[in-house]
Amino acid sequence: METGSIGATYGGRSALGRPPLARLPDRALKWGLAALAAGVVLLIGFFFVRLYIEARPAFEKFGFFGFTFTNDWDVQAGNFGALPLLVGTLITSGVALVIGVPVALATALYTTELCPPRYRGVLAGTVDLLAAVPSVVYGLWGFFVLIPKLRPAEQWFSNTFSFLPFVGGHVAGPSYFIAGLVLAIMIIPIVSAISREVISTVPADHKEAALALGATRWEMIRVAVLPYSRSGVTGAAMLGLGRAMGETIAATIVIGNAPVIGNALFDQGYTLAAVIANEFGEAASNPLHRAALIGAGLILFLLTLIVNAIARGVIVKGPSRGTTG
Amino acid sequence: MTTLGPIASHRRQTDRIARLLLGSGTLLALVPLGLILYYLVIKGIGAWSISFFTTDPTGRFFGDPGGIKSAILGTIEMVGLATLMAAPVGVGVALWLTEYGKASRVATLVRYFVDVLTGVPSIVFGLFIYITLVLSGVGGTFAGWKGSVALALLALPIVTRSAEVVLELVPGSLREAGLALGAPRWQVIARVVLPAALPGIVTGVLLAIARTAGETAPLLFTATIVKATSYDLGGPMNSLPAQIFSDVGQAQDRLVTRAWGAALTLVVLILLFTTLARLLARRSALR
Repeated sequence: METGSIGATYGGRSALGRPPLARLPDRALKWGLAALAAGVVLLIGFFFVRLYIEARPAFEKFGFFGFTFTNDWDVQAGNFGALPLLVGTLITSGVALVIGVPVALATALYTTELCPPRYRGVLAGTVDLLAAVPSVVYGLWGFFVLIPKLRPAEQWFSNTFSFLPFVGGHVAGPSYFIAGLVLAIMIIPIVSAISREVISTVPADHKEAALALGATRWEMIRVAVLPYSRSGVTGAAMLGLGRAMGETIAATIVIGNAPVIGNALFDQGYTLAAVIANEFGEAASNPLHRAALIGAGLILFLLTLIVNAIARGVIVKGPSRGTTG
Repeated sequence: MTTLGPIASHRRQTDRIARLLLGSGTLLALVPLGLILYYLVIKGIGAWSISFFTTDPTGRFFGDPGGIKSAILGTIEMVGLATLMAAPVGVGVALWLTEYGKASRVATLVRYFVDVLTGVPSIVFGLFIYITLVLSGVGGTFAGWKGSVALALLALPIVTRSAEVVLELVPGSLREAGLALGAPRWQVIARVVLPAALPGIVTGVLLAIARTAGETAPLLFTATIVKATSYDLGGPMNSLPAQIFSDVGQAQDRLVTRAWGAALTLVVLILLFTTLARLLARRSALR
């Protein structure tokens, strides 16, 4: 063993040490990259502060809660209460969740547990293609295909089940329901992709144990797969909810853009994101209107932050809690 | 050893029904995809012609509405610039996370904020850029490069997350081998880590391009909607999604036809990038 060469010196310096100048690029890289990373954090803070400052005229005039929870959005009269928009956002994303999550979960379960392995990749890839369609194309398709084709069915449903709450009356073309349906289609790929990932982490032992005990495929899914992946799937659904809330252009095209709270699911409405996209052009000359729209953006930002934080919390906690539940 | 009895018929029945439900749920997810692609092709192809791609929108109320040349070029220019901004920054942040930050508290915070960025609605990015760059009048009012900045903010978390995943996959032994040979950290990163992760990084960048190319909301009040072709990123600029949005709003048959044609063009462009990304991901050794 020759260890002597390690400590040898060349030209008066240790072989291990580098002259300060040679260390410079290393330092520069380290701190440069750190600055980039810190920039991302600062950016979000800056983001938030600027939005708040620009929205302040609206909050000062109506109060934060007055602005958020007053049911009166009247541009002509200069009244800005964002409740109709908030309600619209909640209804459409709620509808999207109710329709989209079961379909996405079924797709994820079928792809991972039932589908023949060699078709798995193709099936997953095809469902993911839904994510490649741009928002504005969903809007175009929803407005010119979905609305006219579905209208008779909606009217029939509305007449037949008018005893249900929020159903009945004349069916408007663009409506909460249509917007919710389009949003449901749009969140299927992300909810399904994350669910697939979560489900694929279920240990094979658990599944094999269930099968070995004589469980059918479905019973195996019910006793082994679903309990283990429940929190992860919940997180996926929450992420889908965040997406649906923030989705702008598709909703703008098919929601009808009426700043009132509709009586039924088939009435026209408005969402926080849609009002910004739609009214921003005309608001440039009216500072209060502009502030109100930025305020709507701030509420939307806060909503999605909360939903995403919950989603993240649920997914991160997922595997450890899944084993006991 | 006792022989196993047959599975009770009601259990078999439940199993069959459950499988059927899961299968039909999957079909249900594929129906809209099929319908959208069907209508896009049926209605979009009819609008396609040579002049459709080589003329700008005329904006005339009657007669020939013109093509989508300015929209295609605008999208390419703005998405290109956005990629040039987002890719280096995104990969840089990912490098810091994997090579320096690792599991430290600061790195966890940065990861959290990158996740937050992922969840921010694209229209809020548009508002933010409007406030900071358009309202304050930095270099005029509406401009293509401001739209690019908004798109870059959207692409940044996508690039960062995907780059971080592939950088994590580069074996530690490769880094150690480089360091053991006496290479400084930056050389190990530039000559060993980055080349090994390159295909995966490019995949992420391509996916980010596909995602940003379809975005309308961040462009509406940063680059706005114009008619003429522009090569000047300092002025207002048209884009495919914005053009489609404005055509849909006009509800005139000839404009709606143009919207379908433009939508088909946009989807073809995006699918091109998505497919490229997937092919690359498959060829890359790391994924």
